Amino acid sequence: MELLFFYLVALVAILSAFMVVKCKNPVNSAISLVMTFFCLAILYVMLYAPFMAAVQVLVYAGAIMVLILFVIMLLNLGPEMMERFQHGVVGGAIVAGIVMIQAVMFVNRGEMAGISGDVTRDQVLEVGHMELIGMKLFTEFMLPFQIAGILLLIAIVGALVLAKKEV
Amino acid sequence: MLTVYHYLGLSAILFALGTYGVLTRRNAIVIFMCIELMLNAVNLTFISLSSYLNNLDGQIFVFFVMSVAAAEAAVGLALMIAFFRNKESVEVEDFNLLKW
Repeated sequence: MELLFFYLVALVAILSAFMVVKCKNPVNSAISLVMTFFCLAILYVMLYAPFMAAVQVLVYAGAIMVLILFVIMLLNLGPEMMERFQHGVVGGAIVAGIVMIQAVMFVNRGEMAGISGDVTRDQVLEVGHMELIGMKLFTEFMLPFQIAGILLLIAIVGALVLAKKEV
Repeated sequence: MLTVYHYLGLSAILFALGTYGVLTRRNAIVIFMCIELMLNAVNLTFISLSSYLNNLDGQIFVFFVMSVAAAEAAVGLALMIAFFRNKESVEVEDFNLLKW
């Protein structure tokens, strides 16, 4: 049953990812990308990571995609742009095929190794995923967390400066 | 039986699709979206292995990848607006100011 559900979600994810690559209109690509993000959020829930699923929907499907859609609407690209929407299809297909074969071979031939941690699925269900993530983020990963804050501040300033009319 | 290999295979397929999009599309905004797709494929790998190994470090990594992707979206789209103001286009073939 779980496997069947996984295959269903994976099929929708792959189809909508294919639509992102193949749609002529960038708006259709963006909507398909939102669909892919939702499928990935469902998979995160299946992997016992509900907080990451919520963040995926809020940040990716919400904030980033709205930003991209705004820019697509703002730039108002004409129909002549959609006539010639891709180039180098054969070369791109060969490179992407090599990437996929390599990754799948790596996954199939490799042996999953590593030291198992102590955060089991029962503990996630009992304590709560958000609390576990928060405990780790604010103790062990405090410095990267603060650096990420500085990075976001710099990104805001940079975006404002770049999008201004006269720099 | 659902194993971690299923998730890794799915993320390999999504990553390859994103690569194909980056290499073949002409519109810079769609290329940007394909990069987001590749980032998400990597996020899926992180979370599936983190869940498999009972360790939360991978999910913290995904958190940082998401914040970097948000910063990248803001700056990249601002760059595209600035470029469109100069050239009236966002096609990658017009991005040739540094080419000789």
